[in-house]
Amino acid sequence: MNKIITKRRLACNVCEYVVDAPRVAKKAKPGMFIILRADEEGERIPFTICDYSAEEGTVTILVQEVGYSTAKLAQIPEGGYIHDFVGPLGKPTDLSEFSRICLVGGGIGTAVIYPQAKYLKSIGKAADIIVGARNRSLIMYEDEFKASAKELFLTTDDGSYIRKGFVTDVLRENLDKGLYDCVMAVGPMPMMRAVCNLTKEYGIKTVVSMNPVMVDGTGMCGGCRIKVGGQIKYACVDGPEFDGHEIDWTEAMNRLGAYKEKEKETYCRLTGEKE
Amino acid sequence: MAIEKTPRNLMNEQDPQVRAHNFSEVALGYTPEQAMAEAKRCLQCKNAPCRKGCPVSVRIPEMMQAVAEGDFDKAGEIVKSTNSLPSVCGRVCPQEEQCEKFCIRSRIDEPVAIGAVERFVGDYLLAKNQKPQKVESKGYRAAVVGSGPASITCAAELQKAGVQVTVYEAFHKAGGVLTYGIPEFRLPKSLFKSEIDTVLDLGAEIEFNTVVGKTITIDELLEENDAVFIGSGAGLPSFMGIPGENNNGVYSANEYLTRVNLMGAYKSDSITPVQKGKNVAVIGAGNVAMDAARTALRMGAEKVSIIYRRGREEMPARKDEIHHAEQEGINFMLLTNPVEMIGENGWVKGLKCVKMELGEPDASGRRRPVAIKDSEFIVETDMVIVALGTTPNPLIKDSCKELATNPKGTLIVDEGMMTSVDNVYAGGDAVTGAATVILAMGAGRKASETILAKLGIKQD
Repeated sequence: MNKIITKRRLACNVCEYVVDAPRVAKKAKPGMFIILRADEEGERIPFTICDYSAEEGTVTILVQEVGYSTAKLAQIPEGGYIHDFVGPLGKPTDLSEFSRICLVGGGIGTAVIYPQAKYLKSIGKAADIIVGARNRSLIMYEDEFKASAKELFLTTDDGSYIRKGFVTDVLRENLDKGLYDCVMAVGPMPMMRAVCNLTKEYGIKTVVSMNPVMVDGTGMCGGCRIKVGGQIKYACVDGPEFDGHEIDWTEAMNRLGAYKEKEKETYCRLTGEKE
Repeated sequence: MAIEKTPRNLMNEQDPQVRAHNFSEVALGYTPEQAMAEAKRCLQCKNAPCRKGCPVSVRIPEMMQAVAEGDFDKAGEIVKSTNSLPSVCGRVCPQEEQCEKFCIRSRIDEPVAIGAVERFVGDYLLAKNQKPQKVESKGYRAAVVGSGPASITCAAELQKAGVQVTVYEAFHKAGGVLTYGIPEFRLPKSLFKSEIDTVLDLGAEIEFNTVVGKTITIDELLEENDAVFIGSGAGLPSFMGIPGENNNGVYSANEYLTRVNLMGAYKSDSITPVQKGKNVAVIGAGNVAMDAARTALRMGAEKVSIIYRRGREEMPARKDEIHHAEQEGINFMLLTNPVEMIGENGWVKGLKCVKMELGEPDASGRRRPVAIKDSEFIVETDMVIVALGTTPNPLIKDSCKELATNPKGTLIVDEGMMTSVDNVYAGGDAVTGAATVILAMGAGRKASETILAKLGIKQD
C-alpha cells in the first residue's frame, strides 16, 4: 500500500499524484515507469514516472482519466492509499550522445519529457521544449517547463492559448534553422508518428516513449510487443523508448485499440451510463 | 510366484461435458480406500527403480508401504522429507516420463499410479492443516527472488534450518507460474497458497511488488544477506516470427493465462479484459498449450484447435493433459505448421498453414517435420494463442553484469547451483529455460543444501 501524499488537478482530466514510494524513488530515472493497481481487484496499469525525489521518498505520476481503472484511481483521495505500486520499470532515457536536444510533449506525454527537461538542465544541456494541447485548459506544467527549458514553445489545436497549430509546425521551423541533433517526442501515438515523419525528412534522430497495453511490465506476458526495425521488441524490458523511425506505427496503433470496446463497457458500469 | 494382474485404480473425474464449462479441478483424487488399494500394487522393489526417475528422489516404496497400511501420517513424513510440495507434484509432474516410467509393475500390467498416491498423501496433510514448528534462528539471512516452485522450495528448506528468509516477488500475488500460469482446473490456487502459508508460518517474510534488478539489485541483497537465491522463472514468450503475428487477437500463452488466472478474467465480474474467441487456435502441444486450449474452452469458445507441426508421439505435454483435452473436445491438428496469420481490420481472421511430414530425427532426437509442397490451406480463427515456450528474462542479468549466462541467456550455475557470483545461487526455469515444476523444486532444494553446507548449518 502506498500513500497518496498530495493530489492536484493540472488540467480538466489530468491529476498529479505524489506518492510515497521510497524504494521506487531511490532507483527512479527519467524515462522509467511504474505499474499500479488502484485496489484489490484492479488492473495493472503502467504510468511513466513524471518526477521523483529520493530524499523525500516520493514518486510523481500524472493520471489522465480515460477509462475504468483510471477513474477508480481518481476516486482515491489525497491521503488515501494505492493498493500496489511497483517499479521503477523499463530502461532510463539515454540522450548522452546528443547536445542540441528538443523535447516535444503532447497531452499526457508531458509526464515523460518533464523529468528529462529537468535532468538536461541540471547537466547544463537545457533543451528546447515544445508542448502541444487541444486547448488551453489542457496545458500542464507551464511554469515548471519554463524553469527547465532553454526555450519553451506552446501550441493549442484551437488557438485558445499562445500559438494556434500543432507541435510539428513549430518543430519544422526550428528544424529548418538546424537547431537540433536529437528530438525526443512523447504523447499520443498519432502525434509521435507525425513528429517522426517530419524528423525523418531532416534525418534527425528521434526517440519516442511507447505506451502499449501491458500486463506484468517485467518481461513475462509479451502483450507490449512492438515491431521495431522489423524485430519484435518488448516495451517493458527493451523500452519503453525506441528509435521512432524504426517503429511500425500502423501496427502499434492498432494494438493499442485492442480493448477499446471492453474498456468502454466496464467504464459505463462504473459511471452508470448506458453505452 | 505369479503376481495377479490388477489394473490401476483410476481417480474419479468430473464429467468432460460438465467440466469443459467450469474451472473446478478435473481429477477429484483418491478416496482413502482407493489410495490403499493402489499402494498395495507396489511390488516393494529393493532397488526402487522408480526413485531414480524422480528429480527429488521421493522414497516411493516406503511411502507406498505406509499408505497400504493406512498410516497416512507416516506416508506424509516420508514424502515431505524430500518433497515439500507433494500436492502440487502429484498433480503436475510428468510421472509417465519419471517415476512411473521405471515402475517394474508395468511389465505385469500397468505402472503403479505413483502421482495419484502422492497427491492423496499431500492432500491428506493439507487437510490436517498442521502448523509447522518455528525453528530457532541461527543468525543467518537469505534473500529468495521470486515465489514460484524453485524459490518456495528453497525458502522452506532454509527457513526450516533456521535461516531467516525474505522472499521478493514482482507481482502482487505469490506463486509464480503456479499462480499466473497453471489454471485452476489443473492446480487449484488454494493448494499452493497453503504451501506458501506454510513457509510464512515457519517465519519467512515476503515482499510483494518488488522487482529484483529494478526496485532492488542483487548487490544490495548481498549486503544484507548471507545468500541470495534467484528463482525468477522463464521469461519472455517466444513467437513464431511469421507475418501477421502482431494482429489483435494474437496472444502469447503467458499473456492469455495471466489475464485469466492472475488477473481473474475468468470471473464474470472481472474488469480485466480478455478476448473471448469463438474459434480459437493454439499453436504448440506442450502442457502450456493444453492449459491455454482448455482455458479458452472454459471461457466460452465453440471450437478450440491445437496446431502442432509434429505428430502425436512427439507432443511434449503430459499424457493426462492430452487425454483430458481430447475428452473435452479439443481438436488436434497435427503435422500442421502455420506460416502466416491473416488479419482483417487489424484483427486475426485466419491462419495460413502447411501440412508437414516427419523426416529424419533432429538434434532433439525427435523426427524433424518437413513441409509438404503445395499443401497450403487456411484455418479460420478469431483468436490465436502462441504457446511455444520462452526465452530468458534479461532483467536480472542486465542489472548484475557479473552473473554469467550461456548463449541462450539462462543463468550458469555449478553442480551446487551457485552462479558465477559468490553467494548467489539460482535454479528453476531461470537456469534451465522453461521446464517442469518438479525440476524447479529439485533445483531449489539442491541450492538450499549447498547454502546450508556453506553456512555450516548441519543438515540430516
